[in-house]
Amino acid sequence: MSIGPTGGSPNASGMAPSSTEDSTAGWESWHRLHPLSPVVQAGRRLVPLAVVLAVPFLSRGSSGKYQSLVDSALVGLAVVIGAAEWLVTRWRVQAGVLRLETGLLRRRTTQLPLSRVQSIDLVRPGTARVLGLAEVRVRSGGSREGDVRLAYLAAERAEHLRDGLLALVRGHRPTLAGAENQLARVSTGRLLASTPLRGVILWPTLAAVAFFVWGRHLSLGAGSVAVATTMVLAVGTGVARILSSQYGFEVAHTRDGLLIRGGAVGTFTETLALHRVQALRVVEPLLWRPFGWAKLVADVAGGQRRGDEDRAASGRIRTLVPVAPRADVLRVAESIVGPAARAVGTSPPSRARLKAPISYPLLRAELLDDYAVSAVGRFRRLTTIVPLSKVQSVRWVQGPVQRRLDVATVHLDAAGGRGTGAALRDRSTDEAQELLRRLPGLCAAARRSVPVGPAPVP
Amino acid sequence: MLTLRRGQIGAGAIALLLVGGALSFTNLALGAVLVVAALMVAGLGLVYVGRRFRSWGYLERVEDLLVRRGVMFERLSVVPYGRMQTVEVTAGPLERSLGLATVQLHTASAATDARIPGLDRSAAADLRDRLVRRGEANAEGL
Repeated sequence: MSIGPTGGSPNASGMAPSSTEDSTAGWESWHRLHPLSPVVQAGRRLVPLAVVLAVPFLSRGSSGKYQSLVDSALVGLAVVIGAAEWLVTRWRVQAGVLRLETGLLRRRTTQLPLSRVQSIDLVRPGTARVLGLAEVRVRSGGSREGDVRLAYLAAERAEHLRDGLLALVRGHRPTLAGAENQLARVSTGRLLASTPLRGVILWPTLAAVAFFVWGRHLSLGAGSVAVATTMVLAVGTGVARILSSQYGFEVAHTRDGLLIRGGAVGTFTETLALHRVQALRVVEPLLWRPFGWAKLVADVAGGQRRGDEDRAASGRIRTLVPVAPRADVLRVAESIVGPAARAVGTSPPSRARLKAPISYPLLRAELLDDYAVSAVGRFRRLTTIVPLSKVQSVRWVQGPVQRRLDVATVHLDAAGGRGTGAALRDRSTDEAQELLRRLPGLCAAARRSVPVGPAPVP
Repeated sequence: MLTLRRGQIGAGAIALLLVGGALSFTNLALGAVLVVAALMVAGLGLVYVGRRFRSWGYLERVEDLLVRRGVMFERLSVVPYGRMQTVEVTAGPLERSLGLATVQLHTASAATDARIPGLDRSAAADLRDRLVRRGEANAEGL
């Protein structure tokens, strides 16, 4: 498989192309969100409020009558604000521009020209799902501020709007992914088995156990137990988040890119256009490697570089496969970058062992026609595939030890935070110099041959 | 640039000298050690700063800009003009007092490391304008 239209049947879900015209016909006048959306919005806001209210309530029984008055006033206020916000929020699609007006005191109007739309996603948190609602999230290339979130519409309407907008943006109906287009699916068993083996879960758990045991033996009492309990709680929420967001995760290949679906309580449906992928990473944590599992992550085009670049960039990462056998992960990667996904790379010269004794066995690098592939890592293996057409800058670094060993590192920086991009570590100086001489030209050629920029305007 | 770094190291050495001098009233040995350390810092610093200064360099090529720096860690960055998102000229108080400025290139990647410090202010402005023109001529998307 390669970049571009799906090899399989487009299965256009029985929609005639002419329906593109009337798909947004009803949206040119102003619309409100679904009347129940304040309930969902408030539901999220009410949870912390309820906790705050419940604590004195439980501790005092139902004694103080002023307290209950204050409580009901607070709840009432929340309801009124929610309703008012719903009243002043409206949206429409007119002349190729999606417009959202909101805000009770501070009016905020967001206008998003459909030509600048990067992706249109459906998000359904748990409460919204219960009420049959869904959020349509329209992302622009720029900052978060430019995104339009229509929260919430009736689920059917949301899907209809999503399809209609996609049709306007892409000039054709979105293809629904059939079983034949499915690339990978996360099995629940593997998800459950792999989660405790993640570093972020495993190490805090072990630390909590250690704290607990240590506290018991030295009879430090409450202190260490409290620390252990806090850690267990933190780990518990981490596990819950991983499980609920990655449950039923599946990736399919469509004409518009990769279709990503999943979620346990809340669900999401997203389409990732392939031209937005700046770099691919295959992550293999130490404890997953015996089982041959891997994770696939894509770095996705962000907007302009800002002062808070690193924070913004962290939100520009898409997990494509949370956990799957390496072969499945490589198959998904192959559908994005072609045979580069299976490049094995070559090791640095063995003298580099002196500089990088632990990571040396994992270090690999290879330069292909249109991609650069590198593998780094001491314990977890991180394989990065960067399309040369997306390289932002090329850097050569040679430290004092490297100079003695006659090796050097060449970095290919991709858009995003500091970690993105490929690091061709500890290559022999000759090879590194050769890379540095050839890469700028290769990247320039790749940029010219690949159409870049946002999705083509219809 | 050279002057600036020398100034910083000079200030550090003077501070050490002062502390050492003050301490020598109470603890002669420690004070003497600090004074000697200050002199060594100043001497080594001047040599190191000179090498560091000479290591900075940039070259405007047809399609990209090369920026070189570093003595211990040699670094060379290649930034295509088409990838530049912003060109930034900054001048801190010290730099301003010496009539210097720093030109920094930003791309969509936070890892891009292309900073050219210690340019004459007019040279910095010229370089910035040239880079912006070249960036526009080569403009590309992400």
